[in-house]
Amino acid sequence: MSKFNVTRRGAIKTTAAAGAGLALPTIFTSSAYAITNNPTGGSVTLGFNVPQTGPYADEGADELRAYELAVEHLNGGGDGGMLNTFSSKVLDGTGIMGKKVEYVTGDTQTKSDAARASAKSMIEKDGAIMITGGSSSGVAIAVQGLCQEAGVIFMAGLTHSNDTTGKDRKANGFRHFFNGYMSGAALAPVLKNLYGDDRKAYHLTADYTWGWTQQESIAAATEALGWETVNNVLTPLASTDFSSYIAPVLNSGADVLVLNHYGGNMVNSLTNAVQFGLREKQVNGKNFEIVVPLFSRLMARGAGENIKGIVGSTNWHWSLQDDGSKAFVKSFGEKYGFPPSQAAHTCYVQTLLYADAVTRAGSFAPCDVAAALEGFEFDGMGNGKTLYRAEDHQCFKDVLVVKGKENPQSEFDLLEVVEVTPAAQVTYPPNHPMFGGDEASLGQCNNGA
Amino acid sequence: MLGLNKKDMTLLIVVAILTLLAPFILNPFPVDSGMAQFNAGYPDLMQRFVIFGILAIGFNILFGLTGYLSFGHAAFLGVGSYAAVWMFKLLSYNVVPAILFSVILAGLFSVLIGYVSLRRSGIYFSILTLAFAQMSFALAYSVLSNPKFNLTNGETGLQVYADDPQILHRDGLPDVPHLFGWAMRDNFLELKLGGWEFTFNNGYYLCAAILLVVFYLSIRLFRSPFGLMLRAVKSNQQRLNYTGLNPKPYTLAAFIISGMYAGLAGGLLASMDPLAGAERMQWTASGEIVLMTILGGAGTLIGPVLGAGFIKYFENIFSKINDNVLHQWFSFMPDGMEDFLVFIVHPFVGKGWHLTLGILFMLVVTFLPGGLVEGGQRLGRLVRSRGKKPEDPKDPEHHPKETPHVAE
Repeated sequence: MSKFNVTRRGAIKTTAAAGAGLALPTIFTSSAYAITNNPTGGSVTLGFNVPQTGPYADEGADELRAYELAVEHLNGGGDGGMLNTFSSKVLDGTGIMGKKVEYVTGDTQTKSDAARASAKSMIEKDGAIMITGGSSSGVAIAVQGLCQEAGVIFMAGLTHSNDTTGKDRKANGFRHFFNGYMSGAALAPVLKNLYGDDRKAYHLTADYTWGWTQQESIAAATEALGWETVNNVLTPLASTDFSSYIAPVLNSGADVLVLNHYGGNMVNSLTNAVQFGLREKQVNGKNFEIVVPLFSRLMARGAGENIKGIVGSTNWHWSLQDDGSKAFVKSFGEKYGFPPSQAAHTCYVQTLLYADAVTRAGSFAPCDVAAALEGFEFDGMGNGKTLYRAEDHQCFKDVLVVKGKENPQSEFDLLEVVEVTPAAQVTYPPNHPMFGGDEASLGQCNNGA
Repeated sequence: MLGLNKKDMTLLIVVAILTLLAPFILNPFPVDSGMAQFNAGYPDLMQRFVIFGILAIGFNILFGLTGYLSFGHAAFLGVGSYAAVWMFKLLSYNVVPAILFSVILAGLFSVLIGYVSLRRSGIYFSILTLAFAQMSFALAYSVLSNPKFNLTNGETGLQVYADDPQILHRDGLPDVPHLFGWAMRDNFLELKLGGWEFTFNNGYYLCAAILLVVFYLSIRLFRSPFGLMLRAVKSNQQRLNYTGLNPKPYTLAAFIISGMYAGLAGGLLASMDPLAGAERMQWTASGEIVLMTILGGAGTLIGPVLGAGFIKYFENIFSKINDNVLHQWFSFMPDGMEDFLVFIVHPFVGKGWHLTLGILFMLVVTFLPGGLVEGGQRLGRLVRSRGKKPEDPKDPEHHPKETPHVAE
């Protein structure tokens, strides 16, 4: 084998050379060209990146159904769905700017890495001009960052963390779904009406980005009412049994339990809490209550009986009676035989909003599309009057406070709407400390190369 | 040449040709044809082929030579990625310090884990490494990402923000990972020949060059006296002890080298795409490395690289075939027939890619215990012996048999 001598002189020389190398001016130049994946033929490709395997596969499957429906409607098929109720009328069922809409799908596996790999292959191989989807905030933030670098538009699917349009906001990324802060702001007045303003809350929080921002938001909103936060316990994401976390609640003197959990976590923790008889208990002379800030119908179905009477918030529910919701539920129901989830709704709406923005901008260039979406006000998409705020690319709209139904009529009829909190009440300044404060910025929009 | 014998040199040259011409080889179908779905010659996947190839080569140095089955190798991949992204955050987007630091840090980390885990062998060693890797995953996922001390950024993954120091960054340098201004994500050549398109990506060629270097190193290692010692450990560790040799330093050295290979792969992953996620360290990721090595052929030089390519191909290509695509493929058939075929194929593609991969894995392990390499050898023998009289095989009874592999 060869010998390798290191001398002091040699080491210094090498270090100096390496240092000089690092400080060297740009040897190779890179320059910007036209936009990434500009559709030149008769069709335009969208990338639907949803979890098809892993813990959120149910949501992912529903999102994919919504996307297929949206593509059908954009290409003039079906009954047009929300195209008929959408306040902007530039979409006419001939695709996007006369180009037929085609799509590719990928599996995020609810992992940032896999999601980025899948999105990259859509951009590099299939020529997707826009990426959308996802059912977790971690994935949304990761893919949003990728789309920013690659120079395509990202229309977020289901992501509820404040960070997506907070400290991790990006010029090329847009979110229609609501967030943790909005949940807190919408829930607080309802909780006050139902349970009074003198309560002691105990938080169980999923130990990751979404859990923290959600807990922070709810604690702040309820403390503003006069509630006291007794304790906040972080639970590992992989937990399936929460008994050991529920037992201390009984002796803590708290009279409200807030479960900052989502998906399977929430189903398990709620079931444990109910099994421990928390809901029959009396503490401080009041009934013990449980609150689940983020609800979805798919979770309600998992929790079964235990969900009855539990209060939470949601982005949209199929039982809403406005024209947009009815049109969407009708065409979704006719195609698939059951009502859509809130994940399906937000994905469907995001696709239409993108198509509309391209048409209004008259260009596929991400910067033009972003400009068309910024400050855009629309209606008829199921949430009432909605604003896409320019400063952080977050939609501001009414938030639904829902409750587990006591007497469900069908397996889909699990939630009833308690109150529709108006958008003004859940609006916050773009430099709110929970959203990255003054330092958070969208950065420059990127048209790609 | 280069200290290699003729056979190894041929292998190195073949690998070099394959990696350098990969953009052609992996894109055999014209872009507009129905078969374009199976093209794998786009930058991201080519980079992954090569990076996971490096990872598997490193794993093979430990598993293939010493027989120690590490079930926690993904931990080093993750450590390498985090190290690289931290370099991006603190110094600059230049990939050189990032890759160097990721190799060094993964090396140090493997000293620690190796020292403890190598006190046991066999299944206990595997369990120990698995435990360490899961511990690292939990640390990265939540413990080390709390708002007060945020080292890993948890579920979201560590990424570079505009307000990071980046003390060596200057105007004019690209805002993406680069090699002295040569952006990793850029393509230096996009070739259009008739209906075909070939992409030549900067990042891919950097990875390919590094692959060739580490592949060469691994050949040298396999053929060195050190490699022979490692094989001795695998064949019978007790015998080695009786001869008065202490195998521990050798196994630890192999473990560290293998950890550094994994760290290098992690650093490269982060250099191609500046984000480090905790799930890179999960036990499924570790299991994937073991699968790659066994699928390709443990203990062979080229096997792990083939295995890595095979698995990544399925993950990225098969998972993207949806019903829409299937209907296009079978659209020439009568309607009922078309729907029927889609119905049959549907469970095996798209979200069912795990199923297809599982079936293939079972087939390979059952019929080709030596992995894909054995398949290649059998084919080679078949071609060579055709038309010739079969030679007298060596007397099987009087030929030193290979020791059975620990994994068998």
